[in-house]
Amino acid sequence: MNGLAGTWLIRGAALPGGQRADLRLRDGVIAEAGARLAAAGAQVLDADGLIALPGLVDLHTHLREPGREDAETIETGTRAAALGGFTAVHAMANTEPVADTAGVVEQVWRLGREAGHCDVQPVGAVTLGLGGQRLAELGAMADSAARVRVFSDDGRCVSDPLLMRRALEYVKAFDGVIAQHAQEPRLTEGAQMNEGEVSGRLGLTGWPAVAEEAIIARDCLLAAHVGSALHVCHVSTAGSVEIIRWAKAKGWRVTAEVTPHHLLLTDELAEGYDPVYKVNPPLRTAADVAGLRQGLADGTIDCVATDHAPHPVEAKDTEWADAAFGMTGLEIALRAVQQAMVQTGLLDWAAVADRMSVRPATIGRLGGHGVLPATGAPANLTLYDPAAAPEPVDPATHASRSRNTPFRGVALPGQVVATFLRGTATVLDGKLAS
Amino acid sequence: MNRHLLSAADLSRDDALLILDTADELARMSDRPIKKLPTLRGRTVVNLFFEDSTRTRISFEAAAKRLSADVINFSVKGSSVAKGESLKDTALTLEAMGADAVVIRHDASGAPHRLAGWIRGHVVNAGDGMHEHPTQALLDAFTIRRRLGRAGGLDGVRVTIVGDVLHSRVARSNVALLNILGAEVTLVAPPTLVPVAVDSWPCEISYDLDAVLPKSDVIMMLRVQQERMTAAYFPSVREYSRRYGLDTGRMGMLPEHAIVMHPGPMNRGVEIAAEVADSPRSTIVEQVANGVSVRMAVLYLLLGGADLLGGVDLRGSARDAKASTEARESMVNR
Amino acid sequence: MMRARSAGDGRSGPDARSPGRSGDRQPGGPAPGRDTDGRDSNVGHDGGSGGFPPPSDQAAAGSQKRVLEPAEIRRALTRIAHEILERTNGADDVVLLGIPTRGVPLARRLADRAAEFEDRTVPWGSLDVTMYRDDLRLRPARALGRTELPPAGIDGKTVVIVDDVLYSGRTVRAALDALNDLGRPRAVQLAVLVDRGHRELPIRADYVGKNLPTSQREMVRVLLSETDGEDAVLLGERKEAHV
Repeated sequence: MNGLAGTWLIRGAALPGGQRADLRLRDGVIAEAGARLAAAGAQVLDADGLIALPGLVDLHTHLREPGREDAETIETGTRAAALGGFTAVHAMANTEPVADTAGVVEQVWRLGREAGHCDVQPVGAVTLGLGGQRLAELGAMADSAARVRVFSDDGRCVSDPLLMRRALEYVKAFDGVIAQHAQEPRLTEGAQMNEGEVSGRLGLTGWPAVAEEAIIARDCLLAAHVGSALHVCHVSTAGSVEIIRWAKAKGWRVTAEVTPHHLLLTDELAEGYDPVYKVNPPLRTAADVAGLRQGLADGTIDCVATDHAPHPVEAKDTEWADAAFGMTGLEIALRAVQQAMVQTGLLDWAAVADRMSVRPATIGRLGGHGVLPATGAPANLTLYDPAAAPEPVDPATHASRSRNTPFRGVALPGQVVATFLRGTATVLDGKLAS
Repeated sequence: MNRHLLSAADLSRDDALLILDTADELARMSDRPIKKLPTLRGRTVVNLFFEDSTRTRISFEAAAKRLSADVINFSVKGSSVAKGESLKDTALTLEAMGADAVVIRHDASGAPHRLAGWIRGHVVNAGDGMHEHPTQALLDAFTIRRRLGRAGGLDGVRVTIVGDVLHSRVARSNVALLNILGAEVTLVAPPTLVPVAVDSWPCEISYDLDAVLPKSDVIMMLRVQQERMTAAYFPSVREYSRRYGLDTGRMGMLPEHAIVMHPGPMNRGVEIAAEVADSPRSTIVEQVANGVSVRMAVLYLLLGGADLLGGVDLRGSARDAKASTEARESMVNR
Repeated sequence: MMRARSAGDGRSGPDARSPGRSGDRQPGGPAPGRDTDGRDSNVGHDGGSGGFPPPSDQAAAGSQKRVLEPAEIRRALTRIAHEILERTNGADDVVLLGIPTRGVPLARRLADRAAEFEDRTVPWGSLDVTMYRDDLRLRPARALGRTELPPAGIDGKTVVIVDDVLYSGRTVRAALDALNDLGRPRAVQLAVLVDRGHRELPIRADYVGKNLPTSQREMVRVLLSETDGEDAVLLGERKEAHV
């Protein structure tokens, strides 16, 4: 049987551990992994020079549907994800309406299945309407067809310590995890960019690092006290990394993610007031970038998560204070990680597989993803060419509906050549397969 | 000089002196029977004021008219902007009307920078959020030069700026410009009203006004907004005034030659006592007159000559985009 | 002889008559380092005052011929001063206004000479015409020169405009426009050190130091000790004209 979903023979790929192998994909799994396998009727993909990573898993994406389809839909967002090498994305709950009921999360989950470009795992809101006042029906969302396990008010912080405590306790019943957007609201009222030398000079209200670090410290202590699991979204400061390192050293169940842009960009980009660099949490200093890279290298930060935040043109083509926060990231994430972490010698490809597939799948409690390529593993694969000539990022060619990438015009290395979702090719030759 | 005046910090010393010297010559016009020059005849200057400010707007209007430019005033109340039109659409409308220069006051820092990327005309920043108010700093420097009898720069002049530095675009512009002109600047404020990274600024900081007064040639008082009290920047107006207000007692602690400045509008009795504001040391009234001369100089230097240098398109967006790519590439390759 | 200062100026600035004090501006001269560019390189415009690069650039301009030596300049100015006195009945009600840059020291020298001959002071000052020029948009905005009228003003007086070179006449036309906004002289006359021809407007000088026929390919440079350290008039090939 031919076609995108037929049997595939991937020839001569480099596995994350470094060894080369042929992989036969059949019926959604890697039926055989070995050397010099016979084609036997399979479609052959010459993967010489390519790395075969387990399909990437994004713990933090904004697909905007329902409600903000002018920025992105599940269809366009998952296409972007597949092109970025992702086989599963967690769709954050700050949609309109908010994903705080079984009904909304099931709708998102179903739309993802219908689109078919990657698995969409909905994230449920922690509080009703993200209002920070009352818990949402976390149990109902967990029991729904979407089987929600990750809960987050992302966009907003669960700032009430009592409510955060209750949420952490409550999800223990179904092995859930609370993913906190750490931002003390009272310290960040009207905040526009990192508080520091640049904000003082530009006259923009600052977003101090302590507003993130204080919440993380508090939440680590709470999670430890009640014996629950905490995940920290988009860590952005070196100080936060130190706190998480301390918490892990104590054996507490704390995990953390970092975005590609926080591994590469600093707040100096705000000069010139172009809101394409406006994001929450904000870009910080070179010292923070260094701390985050080190944290990802030594595993204090468990994974890279894109926080892909698409916005329509008019939300960014305006004065800074009026502009929306957020950057797209699905399509450039792996290339950015290669630039920031592999080319600097901080991670090898086995570690990239760990940080961008294995660990996020574990944290998301996502069965079927994050399994290293081997016989019997699900056929979720990303074939990546690390030696592709560095190309300037051109958002006009992106599948995402939105164009707000901070890397426009910047040459990043590498290219996702092919993506397989349970043995079906979603991306071939660097283009959408369907 | 660049195409735009967006920030005092962007001026070189030569640029700044050119503006001040030009303003010197233009100030002489007030002695003439006909206070008008034909230089900008046929040019259109638009005052785009998103914040209420009669004083600054009138100053720019007078400056443009004395140079024979046509002036169009656009203020937000009752306009399409009030109905939700974006800054960009407003800008494109002005462009279509053929504005040669747009003087913009806006409550968002960086709005003039965005505007410069959207229109072909010259942009003059008349105050953007908390960022800068370059013509205010220029007229302040001009005033200091005249009062203290200086020519050239302000090298060695000791200027003390008192008040809400954190939120003040006047403070930012003045610190930058005074530093460029060689003055020694000291900021005095309660610690809550000073930016976190202020030690990277080219000035000294003090929390003690009385200690700094005898060492000041110029003391510049900034307006303090009452709203800052509710956000816990200081406990009460009374305490602020007692610790940081310039009353007659403090005025007496200044050296004989020292002058008192205020960008206006004043809160009499809060940051400055009425008797101080009205004393001969105070330059508050002449600052207003000097403002017209300085703004004439800025408009002349931006609009009075050829538009493009060597045919290169200096529109903000093209230039900034290139600079930004270079900055990001070096960041990304770190 | 009176040097005018606006009343109430409050500036205890340097004596602007002394040439070459670094950091200070001379009357009607541009700030140092801020040359009012090569006005002469515009075809048809006056080679006139303030337009020349400083002497050190002259080598770049190609060979130049000295067409007037200091002694000749001195004699020319003496003659002009006498002529002014003759034609104005002893310089009653005469005001000399020099156009910056080099018209100003010339005006002062004429005022000094006239004062010697008639034993009376002749008021002099400077008249900057930058804002009235018709060619402003062709080059980046220029620094302004000093306009300083003698305290008695110009109303009802005979104003003698003084410039170093008369070429197209546009500078003088701008000066007439400027005078119009400053007051109402009884009469306006023009004194120039060099008339190089090629008038583009119906303007002629009343007093000429030297008639110097030139081609439009040539440049005329006037050097004065107050501004350039020596007195001379040079004639040379024009550099690439730029706008």
